[in-house]
Amino acid sequence: MIENLLAARLLMAISLGFHIIFAVAGMAMPFLMVIAEWRYIRTGREIFRELATRWAKGTAILFAIGAVSGTVLSFELGLLWPNFMAWAGPIIGLLFSLEGFAFFTEAIFLGIYLYGWNKIPPYLHLMSGVIVTVSGVLSAFFVVLANGWMNHPVGFQLLDGLPVQIAPLATFTNPIGLHETHHMILAAFVAIGFLVAGIHAFFLLRQPENPFHQEALRIALITGGLAALLQPLSGDLLARAVATFSPIKLAALEGHFHTTSGASFWIGGIPDVSTATISYGIEIPYGLSLLLHGDPMASVQGLMDFPRQNWPPLVVVHLAFQIMIASGFILMAMSVWGFWKIWRQKCLWKSRGFLRCLVGCAPLGLIAIESGWVVTEVGRQPWIIVGIMRTTDAVTPMPGLTVPLIFFTLLYLGLAGIVLWLLHRHLTVFPQTIELSGPPPRETHARS
Amino acid sequence: MPGLEDILAGFILMSLTLYVLLGGADYGAGIWYLLARGPEAHAQRQLITTAIGPIWEANHVWLILVVTLLFSAFPLAYARVSTLLHIPLTLLLTGIVLRGSAFAFRSYDVQKSPLHRFWGTLFGLSSLITAMFLGIILGTVASSNLQNPHGGFVEVFVLTWIQPFPLAVGIWTITLFAFLASTYLIHETPFPALRRLFRRKALWSLAASVMMAILVLLLTKNYAPGIGQGLLQNSTGWVFLILTLLGMLGSTAGLWTNRFHLARASAIGYVTAIIWGWGFGQYPYLIKPDLTIYNTSAPPSTLELLLFVLVAGMIVVLPSLLCLFRVFKKIQV
Ligand code: HDD
Ligand code: HEM
Ligand code: HEM
Repeated sequence: MIENLLAARLLMAISLGFHIIFAVAGMAMPFLMVIAEWRYIRTGREIFRELATRWAKGTAILFAIGAVSGTVLSFELGLLWPNFMAWAGPIIGLLFSLEGFAFFTEAIFLGIYLYGWNKIPPYLHLMSGVIVTVSGVLSAFFVVLANGWMNHPVGFQLLDGLPVQIAPLATFTNPIGLHETHHMILAAFVAIGFLVAGIHAFFLLRQPENPFHQEALRIALITGGLAALLQPLSGDLLARAVATFSPIKLAALEGHFHTTSGASFWIGGIPDVSTATISYGIEIPYGLSLLLHGDPMASVQGLMDFPRQNWPPLVVVHLAFQIMIASGFILMAMSVWGFWKIWRQKCLWKSRGFLRCLVGCAPLGLIAIESGWVVTEVGRQPWIIVGIMRTTDAVTPMPGLTVPLIFFTLLYLGLAGIVLWLLHRHLTVFPQTIELSGPPPRETHARS
Repeated sequence: MPGLEDILAGFILMSLTLYVLLGGADYGAGIWYLLARGPEAHAQRQLITTAIGPIWEANHVWLILVVTLLFSAFPLAYARVSTLLHIPLTLLLTGIVLRGSAFAFRSYDVQKSPLHRFWGTLFGLSSLITAMFLGIILGTVASSNLQNPHGGFVEVFVLTWIQPFPLAVGIWTITLFAFLASTYLIHETPFPALRRLFRRKALWSLAASVMMAILVLLLTKNYAPGIGQGLLQNSTGWVFLILTLLGMLGSTAGLWTNRFHLARASAIGYVTAIIWGWGFGQYPYLIKPDLTIYNTSAPPSTLELLLFVLVAGMIVVLPSLLCLFRVFKKIQV
């Protein structure tokens, strides 16, 4: 039997790690569909309509799983962390309520979008796709702000350990929260853009002439690529905010033990708590000071300045951080390569090497998201609300949490397996070249 | 003048009502899916899935609204409920997950798939279980069993809700959801055979729900005295009892004489009167005998903002919902 607190933390982590995959699909897939449909309305080429409907079909199932796993989460906050919710509810409840309304609009217009192809005029249909995208992004904005509040609590005064003079609106100007939101929203487009691009690149390797996959690849890669170019920039802003407002977390994720000026940046490496050094890494002298403060001699606070019992688990956090950054730079490089191809060769699918790389990069965005959240969440330990409430004090008194832990793990594994299997079957029946190269594009009926 | 707490409690009760009237009917439809038999079975299932396909996800959000409002506005009550009712809430969640996924898999899987039947059955079964646990949870909250129970694990986390009253409310909920669904489904099909079928189902489930209503009312005396007194010893309580009765009679009359609009309107009235009767029966308590909406509420600054968000949100959501139902629910005949 694992200890109850550990079981609760694992259960929370698994539920969130599961939900986020479907949540990012719910945010970014509607955007891809809207682009495809808009191209259809502009050009009248059936291929774009086909693309939009097929993407929509895949999205329907992802969205359903996202909705049910999200429901689990909103209950789990109370089921696992009742003391946290009792304390924080009055402050961040507002964000969750706003998120609730964003879900509402999203679910309503997704219903209209998915089932209304032939029931409403094309422009209204496109509009409902746009609304789905916007409300998906809004829901992410609100929920990530709530997470930002846990990392940097604002909007109250403490009196005997309880919050008074509560000002929930302060959560909207919380620097950590705000920087987390742009980073997360970009991440959704990066991850889904590259995932979809990778899938279509895979099929292009087999059928290089299939225009269906060509257009799909172009839309997905441009979307993911633009976001991937911005992502390191946004990550840098976030890192600077973390350095300012929770220096201990920054030190942990960099594996930075001793306060120094001219601090080095480490690529890879394993932090060793007993010797307070990092081993096996590549050191970039002055890197960290330069990145954080734009000044090679700037001073960066190290872990040793903080009491040991407030350190998060160093190895996990540092490694997860490295995985995220590595993925981020690989994806950025892929984007540069892709845009160069569009610019110089006007064609994305001639080079098999490029397509192979895209296939290889398909999961990287999702991997970066999962590891980025590990950085944020494990890096927040031992606090559930930084500086206010420890995770130990928030957990439910309900014993035997190993049971739901095992149960939900199996349930989610099962669901993930089924989703993959269904999507796989859906993917292998894409339209063939012959079907699609039939009638010439009908430029005429467009723009009526 | 009602205070902020009253208004927010009212909003929560309203969201719960809408969840029961809309989402509840989706569960009911799942139950009928499970029970579909005979030569019309396939047509019934077809009708049910096309009817709920576009709307179930939106209907489901009412529940999320109930939860978020509860922890934003009345955090202490939420903490107590989610601690003590951990087990039934987890089972409810399991039902919700299985039901949503099974429905999505069913719609998504190719028709010829060997698993098609399995998804359908799973969808139906989990609809039934979810409805049951929703009832059990609401029944426990109503039964005043949640005042700091003491003892071992079983006394604290199990015996609060494995009790005659919550279990009866659970079964009652099943019958009510099934009843709601069948009165709605009559409107969803132009085929006389199916309409007759669902009319019959509506009458049977109405009868079952009335029987359960009587049982639940009898059980209040010993197992949920608070609610019982709230309803029977106070004139507002009687108003709701009479409204419930009128709803039952209206539904019966409407179904009997084939006035299906009357039947549906009365069904809605019947269920609404039950929920609001319960609400008034325990007002101002969230959990008797110690937690009220006044001593568990968030500070006024939060409540004011919440109210503002609710009003603004409703201004966006209600017209959108109307839109959704207009597109997909062209009422026939
Ligand atoms: C496609 C995904 C992706 C990519 C390519 C990156 N990140 Fe990231 N990162 C995330 C996805 C992500 C995330 C999963 O979305 C996190 C978790 C919490 C958050 O707001 O974003 C995150 C968190 C996160 C944090 C922790 C914030 C905190 O603890 O509060 C930092 C410092 C960075 N990122 C910095 C970077 C840098 C410098 C990158 C340079 C390449 C980078 N990220 C690429
Ligand atoms: C969806 C992306 C997210 C992922 C993958 C994620 C991941 C995790 C992980 C790995 C943990 C366990 C940390 C540990 O105990 O060591 C955790 C805990 C937790 N997370 Fe997140 N998180 C996400 C978003 C959020 C958001 C948006 C919120 C709140 C608004 C949140 C609230 C919590 C809470 C309450 C805990 C439990 C307390 C704790 O362990 O400190 N998470 N999450
Ligand atoms: C960074 C973290 C998160 C992001 C970006 C995110 C985003 C989303 C998105 C876009 C959806 C729409 C449905 C879908 O796409 O499948 C969704 C669904 C949902 N999420 Fe999350 N979410 C996050 C974390 C959480 C957390 C911590 C909670 C709970 C407190 C939560 C609760 C929900 C709920 C209840 C739904 C279902 C809404 C419905 O029924 O339509 N989410 N989420």
